[in-house]
Amino acid sequence: MTTEAVGTLLRPLTKTLGRDWSGKSLTWLTALAALLIVAMVAVILGQIAWFGAPTLTWEFLSTAPTQGMTAGGIFPAIFGTAVLVILMVVALVPFGVGAAIYLHEYARPDAWFTRAVRFSVNNLAGVPSIVFGLFGLGFFIQFLGRNIDRALGLDVVWGQPALIWAALTLALLNLPVVIVTSEEALRTVPREMREASLALGATRWQTIRNVLLPQAMPGILTGAILSVARGAGEVAPILFTGAAYYLPYLPGAPTDQFMELGYHIYVLSTQSPDIDATKPLLYGTVLVLLLLTMLFNLTAIVLRTRMRARLAGRG
Amino acid sequence: MSGTASLLDTEPRRGTLAALGSVARRRARRVREAMIAGLLRGCAFSAVAGLLLIIVFVLKEAMPVLFDAATRKEASLAAYFATSMWQPVGDIPKYGILPLLVGTLKVVVVAMAFAIPVGVMAAVFASEFAPARIREALKPAVEMLAGIPSVVLGFFALIVMASWVQAITGAHSRLNAVNAGLALGLGVIPTIFSVSEDALRAVPRSYREASLALGASRWATAWNVTLPAAGAGVAAGILLGLARAVGETMIVLMASGNAAIVSRDLLDSVRTLSASIAAELAEVVVGSPHYATLFFLGAILFATTFIINVVAGLFVERLRRRLAGA
Repeated sequence: MTTEAVGTLLRPLTKTLGRDWSGKSLTWLTALAALLIVAMVAVILGQIAWFGAPTLTWEFLSTAPTQGMTAGGIFPAIFGTAVLVILMVVALVPFGVGAAIYLHEYARPDAWFTRAVRFSVNNLAGVPSIVFGLFGLGFFIQFLGRNIDRALGLDVVWGQPALIWAALTLALLNLPVVIVTSEEALRTVPREMREASLALGATRWQTIRNVLLPQAMPGILTGAILSVARGAGEVAPILFTGAAYYLPYLPGAPTDQFMELGYHIYVLSTQSPDIDATKPLLYGTVLVLLLLTMLFNLTAIVLRTRMRARLAGRG
Repeated sequence: MSGTASLLDTEPRRGTLAALGSVARRRARRVREAMIAGLLRGCAFSAVAGLLLIIVFVLKEAMPVLFDAATRKEASLAAYFATSMWQPVGDIPKYGILPLLVGTLKVVVVAMAFAIPVGVMAAVFASEFAPARIREALKPAVEMLAGIPSVVLGFFALIVMASWVQAITGAHSRLNAVNAGLALGLGVIPTIFSVSEDALRAVPRSYREASLALGASRWATAWNVTLPAAGAGVAAGILLGLARAVGETMIVLMASGNAAIVSRDLLDSVRTLSASIAAELAEVVVGSPHYATLFFLGAILFATTFIINVVAGLFVERLRRRLAGA
């Protein structure tokens, strides 16, 4: 560090020195901001837990909605969410991990292709979720689905909102999450382990499969779990790509529509014919979704903290 | 582990046949390695392809607004600004997007006015003042806030917070820009906090030590030394939060009331760009002027957030170079 740099940085300071009477109270103000965040989280979670808990019965979790969704349970929504997220992970993880391996093990950092990939990953992460919904409708349903139907001579099977299209839309949405966490995981594997494997005559791929991937597995799992937590909570991308208001049956094929927890919350809270009768169900549904996403998030946070501790330990 | 066999296969070989075999095997191995490398490169390309496909297909569906004569009779750039009414459904549909732009602006202004001070100050607290134990408690709280799905924040704003906001402000309509903005702020705070805190902690300790050694207080050091040094990172955090606020859908869809009104009053109900897409697209005829218009709104959202994100990326780059050069 150059002394000039410090000098430049300290210049405004020398002006302020001597009139720092407000420093203490401003310090407290920052503490207050932090406290505010914690308090708001506590209020939101507390409110939902308090009013949602009485609804959480086995019956609520295991039966379908009845009487115009003013009674009954949410089993179809739980089932739909689970199937949606599983399909998403299956489609997402191979691509995400493959991309991370390429970026960390093969790519030259300054090659244009590498830069294009990194630029895309960064900006894909910032695309609004509703735009993913538009994309899903425009690409998967109107383009891909319609063309599959045309090629197979079908009426309208693939060219309509469906489980598979919603899952693929969510997979693209979560691609950056998996790439970034998997690459971070690969970074925690010591260089010596690669070198030892290569020195024994193993090829690059053998090194990756037998040494790197097992070592990086907790980090890769973290990415997959984070994407599940996020995928289960996103509603905007599935609004037009497959989620259904109400279905009397469970989805049995990838071209079926499905009910989903987050969408169910939206429907119950904005389109209920009788909001007072719906409220307990609504709180219960929110609590279920929250518990699911929190469970996945916490698991991911714990895994990641361990991974980072290992990375820091290597120094 | 089938790879282990060849890993340990180091015995020296004799004879031409064996040598030929090993040449063939080595070649097969090289081909396989190249194929795998290509496959992984393909995976990496999927991110580029995804981004390109989003651009191409959102634009493709929005194009009729610019180039299709039949669509342009009802919905064109001129039509968007010819009226300040957004009534896309009706005998004579009106596609004035001004109320949607104003609505988006109002909600985003409220959200950022709430989220920037809280997020940045909490980040300063976490990196500069908080004892280790409190910081370790604060970060999971923020991660939990980040983990709350936006539909749940929207639900909370709609069912619970709206009544509080109405009681305090005496607003006419229960759902309004202030209510939606505050809920949106909650959704944005984790982004601003995390990026800012990372940047602040990346400032070398020697900066702080030099300032403290000159006799500056901890507050003066944080305000005059650490925060300016991490400035580019904090700016990036604010921009990433802004991009999220502009594009966020479920919170505003549920908490804003969705009335397309042009006014200055923050306590009026508002309809945003994102909420209009979410509320209307499901019931629209594919290929109609309304359909193309909603994709056009999506293209506006995409372009806006894309530009903000690229600028944020430049700030991050600048911070990295500055701290690396130090």
